Amino acid sequence: MSRSSTLRPYAVALRAMLVATLALGLVYPLLITGVAAVAMPDRAAGSLVTAGAADEPARTVGSSLIGQSFTDPDGVALPGYLQSRPSAAGEGYDGGASSGSNLGPENTDLVAAVEQRRTEVAQREGVDVADVPADAVTASASGLDPHISPAYALLQVPRIARERGLPESEVESLMRSSIAGRDLGFLGEERVNVLAVNIALDELSVG
Amino acid sequence: MGAALLLALAQVAVLAVVLMAVHRPLGDHMARTFTTERDLAVERGLYRLIGVDPRGEQTWRAYLRGVLALTVVGIGLVYLLQRTQAILPDAVGMPAVEPGLAFNTAVSFVTNTNWQSYSPEATIGYTVQLLGLAVQNFVSAAVGIAVAIALVRGFARRRTGTLGNVWVDVTRAVVRILLPLSVVAALVLVAGGVVQNLTGFTDVATLAGGTQQIPGGPVASQEAIKLLGTNGGGFYNANSAHPFENPSAWISLLQVALMLVIPFSLPRTFGTVIGDRRQGRTILAVMAGLFVISLAALTWLELRGAGTAPQLAGAAMEGKEQRFGIVASTLYAAAGTLTSTGAVNSMHDSYTSLGGMVPMVNMMLGEIAPGGVGSGLYGMLVLAIVAVFMGGLMVGRTPEYLGKRLGPREIKLASLYILVTPVLVLAGTALSFAIPGVRADVEATSIANPGVHGLSEVLYAFTSAANNNGSAFAGLTADTPWFTTALGVAMLLGRLLPILLVLALAGSLASQDTVPATSGTLPTSRPLFAGLLGGVAVVVTALTYFPVLALGPLAEGL
Repeated sequence: MSRSSTLRPYAVALRAMLVATLALGLVYPLLITGVAAVAMPDRAAGSLVTAGAADEPARTVGSSLIGQSFTDPDGVALPGYLQSRPSAAGEGYDGGASSGSNLGPENTDLVAAVEQRRTEVAQREGVDVADVPADAVTASASGLDPHISPAYALLQVPRIARERGLPESEVESLMRSSIAGRDLGFLGEERVNVLAVNIALDELSVG
Repeated sequence: MGAALLLALAQVAVLAVVLMAVHRPLGDHMARTFTTERDLAVERGLYRLIGVDPRGEQTWRAYLRGVLALTVVGIGLVYLLQRTQAILPDAVGMPAVEPGLAFNTAVSFVTNTNWQSYSPEATIGYTVQLLGLAVQNFVSAAVGIAVAIALVRGFARRRTGTLGNVWVDVTRAVVRILLPLSVVAALVLVAGGVVQNLTGFTDVATLAGGTQQIPGGPVASQEAIKLLGTNGGGFYNANSAHPFENPSAWISLLQVALMLVIPFSLPRTFGTVIGDRRQGRTILAVMAGLFVISLAALTWLELRGAGTAPQLAGAAMEGKEQRFGIVASTLYAAAGTLTSTGAVNSMHDSYTSLGGMVPMVNMMLGEIAPGGVGSGLYGMLVLAIVAVFMGGLMVGRTPEYLGKRLGPREIKLASLYILVTPVLVLAGTALSFAIPGVRADVEATSIANPGVHGLSEVLYAFTSAANNNGSAFAGLTADTPWFTTALGVAMLLGRLLPILLVLALAGSLASQDTVPATSGTLPTSRPLFAGLLGGVAVVVTALTYFPVLALGPLAEGL
């Protein structure tokens, strides 16, 4: 076989790859970016949400899709807020370091962490450890889970009402109206968006 | 568990209806794509630009040289882009990627594996994502489809020395199949909340008084081809568990459908091209049967939630998202590992011991149910050859499949094919613990979970790499010299050796004349053969991997 016929496919491949880079690496994503920016700007930008009192300009406080910590700088739960799930993203809900814990089911560190979280949540909410739901004591896959289960949300109602000086019934009805059903009625799980509830709670307290 | 099982059934039923509705038109469209003589205007322009004659038929060796050239050039370009990242525009502040990691990542995306030894948010800027990784997502998928089509032509053609033209097949796969589907899928994903922007990280002040970085990125365009091309490399570290990649349960089901749609449609294409659709339906039935069995086992094991931590927590929710829950997580895990995608919406490392073994077994099956785009079909056809051979042994006849005699050469090529990945997986895993220096490093640096679960992490890594899957027991720290090198080699050999053997097989089949079916021919479009084929797939896998599974997940879970 001649040298040129051995090398020829490489010349073709190089040209093909450069064309592909232009068409698939540049034109295609920029086209989608452009269409998305015009047709669905909010979603394309990350479903950002704003909050703020009526007399001040609304400020962006996060994304409805990305969970947050509602703790003080030392990681202690702020009692007036609905609490998110444990997070393994950085120091917790780090948007630049999405991650699960990746701890295996028999890992002693995970068993100890679950045990400790159960005790903490039970103490914080004044309930028996047996009433603490699974999502309250396990870290999500992304570390940015924006949701908790309805059970964990309702568990937190008495404490939030007490801390904010609001009637428990009012907080409970807010919580129940915040429960999102399964997609199309049968996909995934029922859930409560933690950030959305906490924005509503702040508005409730001001109003 | 009863209600959960009902929900699991409902989502599978919807998925099945969607795939059944789509696989006919898509399968027929793909058959036309690879049999028509007509070139689109844009394709003619492309052929002139890259300098190929679209009517130039190639032998299997020439076809292979084209695949090799695309692989080598692709790896070179992606490597170069990563090494020069610091001076590229839109790098979002990321420095150049280290040589070992850059090699591993380049091989990973070019081989359709998308194993990620790095954390994307901290390593890869937008330019490398787009110009490097996204491009390979398209091209590697197109190469997989092209090789499968070449094998199908091997069965369909008589006494020719040629299999078609690799440049035409790859171009058509991108222009007529992958790109149009990706555009539609990307826009639907944005409509569902997947982000698509170039804004980098935005700092926001949270309600609690802290700050949070909200990431951005051209995610939806990447996500579409990541799934359609069974690539699987996430834009973010958490892959499709990240709410910006996969915001809701209905998007999650759509993503599962995107992973499965081309692999489940290719049997129809196969049947159409060889002129006997029943053969395609038999292959499809075996793929679907294995899929359902595997999914049922995984879902049941995770709902059962055995193990110390899941029992204490009350459910196996560690590493799973609330919006998906368990059943939408296991469906994704099954689809991600029964295809060669390797995308995840939950963390397999935290699955129950026996539940976590199922994705591993899915990959060990050789990713044939339905497998990667193209690779699933050619993997299943190779197994069909082995099954026919075994059936022939039982009754003492010369085996033939689709009118082609399976002589010593064909059987040798098929047998070598099914040996490649087990050798890579078992040798890689064994060497990780047998070389004293490597073992010390693996145990001290890489393994996240002590004890037998650590062995499972390493076994999972080599299984994933050699089968070009890309999913992980992600606790494993794979950014070490040993793993970037060994997994890189496993990915490369796990991709190219099977392709070499498949193309050689295709060439050998194409050169034969067909033999007429006689009363002694084993009918290969009946349930009996479907059972034999499924049985061969399972037995070959079980015999090969049972010992090492006994040392890892079985030891932990039983």
